[in-house]
Amino acid sequence: MSELLQFFVSGLTVGAVYALVALGFTLVYHASEVVNFAQGEFVMLGGMVTVFAYAAGVPLPLAALLAVLVAIVVGLLLYWLAIAPARGATAVSLIIITIGASILLRGAAQIVFDKQFHKLPAFSGDTPVDLFGAAIQPQSFWVLGGAALLVLLLYYVMERTLLGKAVMATAANRLAARLVGVNVATIMALAFGGSAAIGAVAGILITPITLTSYDVGTLLALKGFAAAMLGGMGSPLGAVVGGLLLGLLEAFGAGYISSTYKDAIAFIVILAVLFVAPQGLFGRRAVERV
Amino acid sequence: MSVLEVSDIGISFGGVKAIDGVGFAVEPGEIFSIIGPNGAGKTTLFNVISGMYTASHGRVLLAGEDVTGLPPDVLAARGLSRTFQNLQIFHRMTAAENVMVGRHLQENCSLLADLLRLPSVNRQNRATRAAALALLDQVGLRDCADIPAGALSYGASKRLEIARALAAEPRVLLLDEPAAGCNSVETEDIDRLIGRVADRGIAVVLVEHDMKLVMKISHRILVLEQGRMLVEGSPQQVRDNPLVLEAYLGHHGAREAARA
Amino acid sequence: MMTRLNRRSVILLALATMMALLPLVFPSSYYFRVASLVWVSALAAIGLNILMGKAGQVSLGHAGFFGIGAYAVAIGPAHLGVNALAAVGIGALLSGLLAFLVGRPILRLKGHYLAIATLGLGVLIAMVITTESRWTGGPDGMPVAKLVLFGWRVSGSDTWYWITAGLLLIGTWIALNLDDTPTGRAFRALHDSETAARVAGVAVNRFKLQAFVIAAVYASVAGSALAMMNGFVNPDQAGFLHSVELVTMVVLGGLGSIVGSIVGAAVLVVLPQVLTVFQEYEHFMLGLLIIVSMIFMRDGMVPMLARLITRGRR
Repeated sequence: MSELLQFFVSGLTVGAVYALVALGFTLVYHASEVVNFAQGEFVMLGGMVTVFAYAAGVPLPLAALLAVLVAIVVGLLLYWLAIAPARGATAVSLIIITIGASILLRGAAQIVFDKQFHKLPAFSGDTPVDLFGAAIQPQSFWVLGGAALLVLLLYYVMERTLLGKAVMATAANRLAARLVGVNVATIMALAFGGSAAIGAVAGILITPITLTSYDVGTLLALKGFAAAMLGGMGSPLGAVVGGLLLGLLEAFGAGYISSTYKDAIAFIVILAVLFVAPQGLFGRRAVERV
Repeated sequence: MSVLEVSDIGISFGGVKAIDGVGFAVEPGEIFSIIGPNGAGKTTLFNVISGMYTASHGRVLLAGEDVTGLPPDVLAARGLSRTFQNLQIFHRMTAAENVMVGRHLQENCSLLADLLRLPSVNRQNRATRAAALALLDQVGLRDCADIPAGALSYGASKRLEIARALAAEPRVLLLDEPAAGCNSVETEDIDRLIGRVADRGIAVVLVEHDMKLVMKISHRILVLEQGRMLVEGSPQQVRDNPLVLEAYLGHHGAREAARA
Repeated sequence: MMTRLNRRSVILLALATMMALLPLVFPSSYYFRVASLVWVSALAAIGLNILMGKAGQVSLGHAGFFGIGAYAVAIGPAHLGVNALAAVGIGALLSGLLAFLVGRPILRLKGHYLAIATLGLGVLIAMVITTESRWTGGPDGMPVAKLVLFGWRVSGSDTWYWITAGLLLIGTWIALNLDDTPTGRAFRALHDSETAARVAGVAVNRFKLQAFVIAAVYASVAGSALAMMNGFVNPDQAGFLHSVELVTMVVLGGLGSIVGSIVGAAVLVVLPQVLTVFQEYEHFMLGLLIIVSMIFMRDGMVPMLARLITRGRR
């Protein structure tokens, strides 16, 4: 029982990070129909900038804030320098561009930082909390709480503010949104900036548990994407559920089946979902018009 | 015997019945037109018949055989060909190559022979190209044979689609607005072309908004309104039917048109 | 028709002449090695171009097949006592078979979904290679026995130059052959409009699958050649980054342009060699190259040059 709970909590913790990455994907995809493979690099930036700023003597909260700001700037630059100029390119070209951006950011991180693994101290100590016999790292609560807070915040913005309505309108019909006065370019830039911020926060929260290095982004992006796919591309609720589900699948798979193939689970999930139900759990099927 | 027989076709999208209980039969060499106001379900009906959409109910018989729900490429092999309202040409291929693709089913296609480019492949290529050029000649595009299809004018692309569809040697040809966007000279060319096609014994099913063209060349006309059959009959019968006028112009408009 | 035939021969002749003349200006064996790397990469890129450029189906996991070919010639002789040449065949067969089995469900997908599915497939292959270390040596890779042809031990970068050049010539010949045949036309047709291709009687799924299998076999043979040439394999050859490099070669050179794939491969292989002084910047430069070329040369280098030349003539 306690073992089960242990797997459950660690699955949820990792899943929360996948959910945030998937949420970032969804936000950008919603606004611009771009699948942003550099999403994982935002997570990396969040962790790495915090680590290096903290090591340079900046207090942890300030270092984290700095990391989020850096990620936002990078996200905006990504949009303005690489996505906006490629307007009208095919879906696949845009994917390749964002993969290029991901490789570039990784290369830059390798130069600016280093190729080592880095750790952050846990925010409220390392003493495990006993929960029904399972030893839970306090940082897990930070991750889960932080993720929940971000999800609620995003939900509020999307559902209750004019900005959210503008994003939804852009997603539904770009031309119509422009006609009613939505500045579509700004919305897309904001989506990139916002997804970068979400990614960075995920990176900061998880680094005390999983360590970080210049190249953690790729795998995270792919898994986040698997989560988004599992939930149904473009559905924020799906992204969260898909992320948590993937985290749990990994934790239980590693615990009960094979830990060597833990990382493979995400990709088996991607393939299985695509084969069986390409629209995901919460996505809608589209009728092709001819 | 009818070469195409459609009975009680129905299809819904998200609970809305796009087509309901539509049926008709077309004889070889007949020009059968389907008209109706925008959104009447004409293109949807074509999409069902040609296997793009799966009907919720109803049957499609091709030369007496049930072909309901078969995919488009299988239907093509059974002798059903079509063109599209919104152009579907292979824009990166030349006009001749477009029509050569239309000959796909008439060709022997073996991957190994193609990879090694055996002499038989070259021989067949020459024959296919000759056939394609003859078809381009028929639609008046012989001079454009080696131009990328994407560079053709709208009217020329429409005719290229017809040539490609004819290349498959169909028994039934569905034409979706072949004259849309064409000037009067081009429309007349298409009019003559359709006549010649029907004379060869091919059953032509035509969706078209150009009423002059429809009234002139059709043997029979089916009027659809909101996915249902309104009237079926000869051009004269359809022209004189007050229901048709009403469907197009509304109740009020029909009264005014009658007065005029 | 004649012009087409001529174009094919002209390209092959030009390529063969260049391959024959290049060694005359090579100052050291290092150059032979770099050129061989170009030929091998070009072979894989041409195969991928048949899939992406002709049939219009993206694969972001193609290095997986490259890896299968590479590990076939490593594992076959080392663990199973299979002759190296037979191992090349087995690798190609396995790749083709895997592509055939997985291609059926995968190729129903379009756009992003296809990209992700192929990516997932590639990553899974790489993971299996990295994890099954009893057979593959794990993340460190494993040595590959020297190729022995009729009692002759093949070695030396100049020998491999000629072998890889020959392979690329054959690969180019086959790819050019395909263009103007029923199969080649079916590929290009379904790329432009799947709907219209279907209506013309093209069994779209069958042809997509054929293109996928062809591309997989090309990549596998290229992988085998590289592994034997290097005398060593490691999982990076099957990895995601290598898949991206292959796609970049195809797109940079020009989708659908066979010559373009050779040029694209040359750029991507030679550039890092030239920039070895900036080795730290390799990834940074690769990323930059991908972004810039996708934005400014959407059609690729060779089609763009061809357009400039025809425009200049007018």
